[in-house]
Amino acid sequence: MPEPTFALVDCNNFYASCEKLFRPDLKQRPLVVLSNNDGCVVARSKEAKALGIKMGVPIFKIRHELRQHNIAVFSSNYTLYADMSARVMRTLEEMAQRVEIYSIDEAFLDLTGTQSLLDNSQFGQQVRQIIGDWTGITVCVGIAPTKTLAKLANHAAKKYPATQGVVDLSDRQRQQRLLGLLPVDEIWGIGRRLGLRLQQMGINSALDLANANPKNIRQHFSVVVERTVRELNGESCIDFEELPPTKKQIVCSRSFGERVTSLQEMREAICKHSARAAEKLRKEKRYAKIITVFIRTSPFNAQQPQYANSLSGELSVPSDDSRDLINQAIRLLEHIWRDGYAYAKAGVMLSDFYEPGVYQPDIFDQQPNGKGRRGHKESQALMSTLDKINRQGKSKLFFAGQGVKNSSGTKSWVMKREHLSPAYTTNWNDILKVK
Amino acid sequence: MSVLLVRHGGSAVHIKNGYANIPLFREAVSAGFPSPAEDYIEQSLDLNEHCIKRPAATFFVRVQGDSMIDAGIYSEDMLVIDRSIPAAHGDIVIAGLHGEFTVKELQLRPRTCLMPKNKAYSPIDIPEGSELDIFGVVTHVIRNLRQK
Repeated sequence: MPEPTFALVDCNNFYASCEKLFRPDLKQRPLVVLSNNDGCVVARSKEAKALGIKMGVPIFKIRHELRQHNIAVFSSNYTLYADMSARVMRTLEEMAQRVEIYSIDEAFLDLTGTQSLLDNSQFGQQVRQIIGDWTGITVCVGIAPTKTLAKLANHAAKKYPATQGVVDLSDRQRQQRLLGLLPVDEIWGIGRRLGLRLQQMGINSALDLANANPKNIRQHFSVVVERTVRELNGESCIDFEELPPTKKQIVCSRSFGERVTSLQEMREAICKHSARAAEKLRKEKRYAKIITVFIRTSPFNAQQPQYANSLSGELSVPSDDSRDLINQAIRLLEHIWRDGYAYAKAGVMLSDFYEPGVYQPDIFDQQPNGKGRRGHKESQALMSTLDKINRQGKSKLFFAGQGVKNSSGTKSWVMKREHLSPAYTTNWNDILKVK
Repeated sequence: MSVLLVRHGGSAVHIKNGYANIPLFREAVSAGFPSPAEDYIEQSLDLNEHCIKRPAATFFVRVQGDSMIDAGIYSEDMLVIDRSIPAAHGDIVIAGLHGEFTVKELQLRPRTCLMPKNKAYSPIDIPEGSELDIFGVVTHVIRNLRQK
């Protein structure tokens, strides 16, 4: 059996890098990307990090710094980030036989048994160069015999510029040296709270945890932390997952740009979330039986009256038809709606999924000849047409219940995105202009 | 002489004596059209296959201006950019210059410059020792001949 070898490839300042790629005028400028509704900082360019702008800080707290340092501000442009992410992942798939997409900007490569003329560091440098050249995104690469160590190697590659963005931790001595330098809560899956408990036991560095007795750790914590100890010692315990596990639930929710106070507006929002969730469900090729609707006021606004509620309902048969899901969601909303509140957020969750053809059909729903209360085939045809049209451009066909734009051209419940960059790579009207 | 040729957002390629050191990562590319299937299913021609060798590295831009008309590139033309191609002498490239993107011919000999293809414009010299941001190499021009 060949030694297992994993690489973790992680994009540097991913959202900020996506924005910068298409704006040569911002090359040297500090840049931040904001969360939904332009609330908090979710990504920073290296210049913004150097200025001490913290992750997660609300935008209103740094107004002064933004002006003082001429920091460029962007709303989250998920269309752009998703497309750039797909480019990075696709390129990685050309370089390694097995790729596990771990998040929008991270992927594990399984290099076990790969016959290569390059050593690990050279391979890492090649990944870095090709991803940079092809997509314009800079990545760091950590290589090690376990996923947990590969994560740590990547962390080191990011932290220490002398590594030139690649750290190979195949060597046991190098592993030990790095583990000694890193605090225990930097380890994948440990986090702050678990880190605190470990520190109370005298386990401060990553090396302390690696040297801890696995059985002892299992008794005090869990089998998961025990597995981490083994992984830190070079024993690969965490499986490589090429295919993402099937989703168990789908949530579509948004904070409102402006508070919503009327049932009509709330209906439109819930209708839109339901339609979006149904679209995702069809993409997963699943049927859902349970739909949950939730609404709430802002917990940060203590002076105003507070209300939050959610309600779940069951469909008679699992469905992926937007119309079934919207109808049920609106019925649920009308049960929990209360007048007189300024709502800040609402959402829809689908759960209890079925594969096509696995569920018990409703006797009224379907007859052998395909005719029923509403033909299953007709539903399939309508939904696939709907999805096909909408794939060509976002939301060309939508349900009347989602509402149409008011005179000012916007709906108050739509997300606030005042600093949105163009969809440079996914919309013909937004492609780059060159002189 | 030596000029640092920088892939915009990517790595740097050193040019020595006017020649770029081209990275050696060119895997075999299946160019052209796929072989016909065993059974004779009707196959439509896909323009993407013809113009796009590496989708992950391909970007589109629109031209504004007339500095490249002698190279057959007009205002409002759409250009296909392939970032996987290392820029070489004589390539039409997209470069980031003074904070904006420009399309020009890259010349590395006898000295590095961005050459417009229109006599009304002068070449843009890239001073020795400076950085030149290359976004990518232009591979195709797409123009609608009726809608102008």
